[in-house]
Amino acid sequence: MELKNYKQNIDITPQMTERINELISHYPDDKRKSALLPVLHEVQDAHDNWLSIELQDKVAEILQIKPIEVYEVVTFYSMFNQRPIGKYMFEFCQTSPCCLNGVENLMDYTCSKLGVKIGEPTSDGLFEVRGVECLGACGYAPMMQLGDFYKEHLNEEKIDQLIADCRDNKITLHDK
Amino acid sequence: MPIAAIIKSRYTINNMSQKILLDKINVPGIKTYEVYRKEGGYASVEKAFKMTPDEVVEEVKTSGLRGRGGAGFPAGMKWSFIDKKSGKPRHLVCNADESEPGTFKDRFLMEYIPHLLIEGMITSSYALGAHLSYIYIRGEYMWIYKILERAIAEAKAAGWLGKNIMGSGYDLELYVQIGGGAYICGEETALIESLEGKRGNPRIKPPFPAVSGLWANPTVVNNVETIAAVPWIVNNSGADYAKIGIGRSTGTKLISASGHIKNPGVYEIELGLSVYEFMNSDEYLGGMSSDRPLKAFVPGGSSVPILPANLIYKTATGEDRLMSYESLSDGGFATGSMLGSGGFIVYNDTSCIVRNTWNFSRFYHHESCGQCSPCREGTGWLEKVLHRIENGHGREEDIDLLWSIQSKIEGNTICPLGDAAAWPVAAAIRHFRDEFEYHVRFPEKIKNRDHFVAEPFEKVKHLVAKATV
Repeated sequence: MELKNYKQNIDITPQMTERINELISHYPDDKRKSALLPVLHEVQDAHDNWLSIELQDKVAEILQIKPIEVYEVVTFYSMFNQRPIGKYMFEFCQTSPCCLNGVENLMDYTCSKLGVKIGEPTSDGLFEVRGVECLGACGYAPMMQLGDFYKEHLNEEKIDQLIADCRDNKITLHDK
Repeated sequence: MPIAAIIKSRYTINNMSQKILLDKINVPGIKTYEVYRKEGGYASVEKAFKMTPDEVVEEVKTSGLRGRGGAGFPAGMKWSFIDKKSGKPRHLVCNADESEPGTFKDRFLMEYIPHLLIEGMITSSYALGAHLSYIYIRGEYMWIYKILERAIAEAKAAGWLGKNIMGSGYDLELYVQIGGGAYICGEETALIESLEGKRGNPRIKPPFPAVSGLWANPTVVNNVETIAAVPWIVNNSGADYAKIGIGRSTGTKLISASGHIKNPGVYEIELGLSVYEFMNSDEYLGGMSSDRPLKAFVPGGSSVPILPANLIYKTATGEDRLMSYESLSDGGFATGSMLGSGGFIVYNDTSCIVRNTWNFSRFYHHESCGQCSPCREGTGWLEKVLHRIENGHGREEDIDLLWSIQSKIEGNTICPLGDAAAWPVAAAIRHFRDEFEYHVRFPEKIKNRDHFVAEPFEKVKHLVAKATV
């Protein structure tokens, strides 16, 4: 993929500041760094699900830690995205119990339906398909994560319906 | 919601065996504080406040309750190690970073009966003398994080958290912390690092968390299911809990069942139930889906050894295999496995053991934190070699190479992820070596990823013996 310095409009709203302060209050006064993961989720959710370097620097400033302390965490955890991603990210669980229930064929179906390869957003930026490791839904396979929620017991018809619902703006991504 | 409906129908069956964690799961509204309280919830907190913290610890010790996250270490003993002499603040941290492939039980508890965990956290924190406790939940369970946050707010509003709880003089604050998507954070010291806002790199032990854990304070880390068992133990006594189960496997266990079975889902079983009954009775898994033959199973999550059909219902010595810590590990790694986290994965004759092993190795490679060379390099090497065997580019010597790599990872890493990556590879070769040989010798027959669907290995097995190397 092309290497670019992706730019992002940063907007930390008063409501978000309030939520961040509440998260910081969960830890002793001198341990505000502990709030890093929850704060990263909050700001990422509000910024099209990705974290630019500028946004990471902003988080460092809020938590009064060094930028490198944010970078090393963002690069470690798989849920933090460092580039713009599709608005509706279909994250299929591709670990063995899901494979026993046909997730690989379902991912192929979804990709061909959307005309994309795994890890590449559609040209309108609306969809992206990814394979991720065990999501803890082995008994309800095949399944995917979409925003804050799981979509389970999937099949081709349900995929078609999901894509249609996303296009019609009927899907809630975050529970705020 | 279809899933909830399926779960509900599963639990309306009247089970004869004892339920401790899920006995109230069918009560309408049990998710809410009002109903949970009306059904006798939070009684263990009231009872514990009439006891000394050490008396609560003693009850848990007597119960024989073992860590339900996978290691099976006695919970009461772990509690008794917590350093009280230093005078530092103590913490209880609940490990809700459920990520072991095949395991989805903690999620079920937290989603459908969240106050049971919160009650357990309060009672257990009191026993440990902790005044600031956390539930660390994996990032992907975002909707459950919100459920827990709301349940904690309800509990706090009702006076079960905060200062001088119910006039007892005991103070406790409880918060949920969300992870970022990393299996390694289920390892207790990595979890603590993550809770401190860092990468999830496990720490060298000693010092153990009981002496130096969260922010270098004495800390106990327990699995969700372990903590959820504490209210029953305090309400009924440790001795009563110890009467349930078999031998040193006391109490009940949640089993997450998946794969080629009729009724996948979460089940609470009394330890000591026979594997045969669990697999075949309609009360539990209901036998194999599509009525195809059973080929293999993994009883305790992806890390534990896979066993072939002939070692599932009976041990090597011909005794009935039971759902207990001891019976599942009977025979050691030569002919046994482990109860682990209770992630019960079932494979029929269309499954490919090589493909499954490659898949698990890819998982461990992805999840290795990268601190220790044997794990960082070894897991990637295992994945590559398995990938080429599965895709028809394997060499005869690759099988011994895999054996050699896994043996050099095992025991040579800071945390058990290295062992967890090595064991499934070793067990697959130990019990299914001929299937690896078939992949190497007949590459044209395994090109399609569903190669055993049309032609199960059992039907082509004879070719391996005939083929010359």
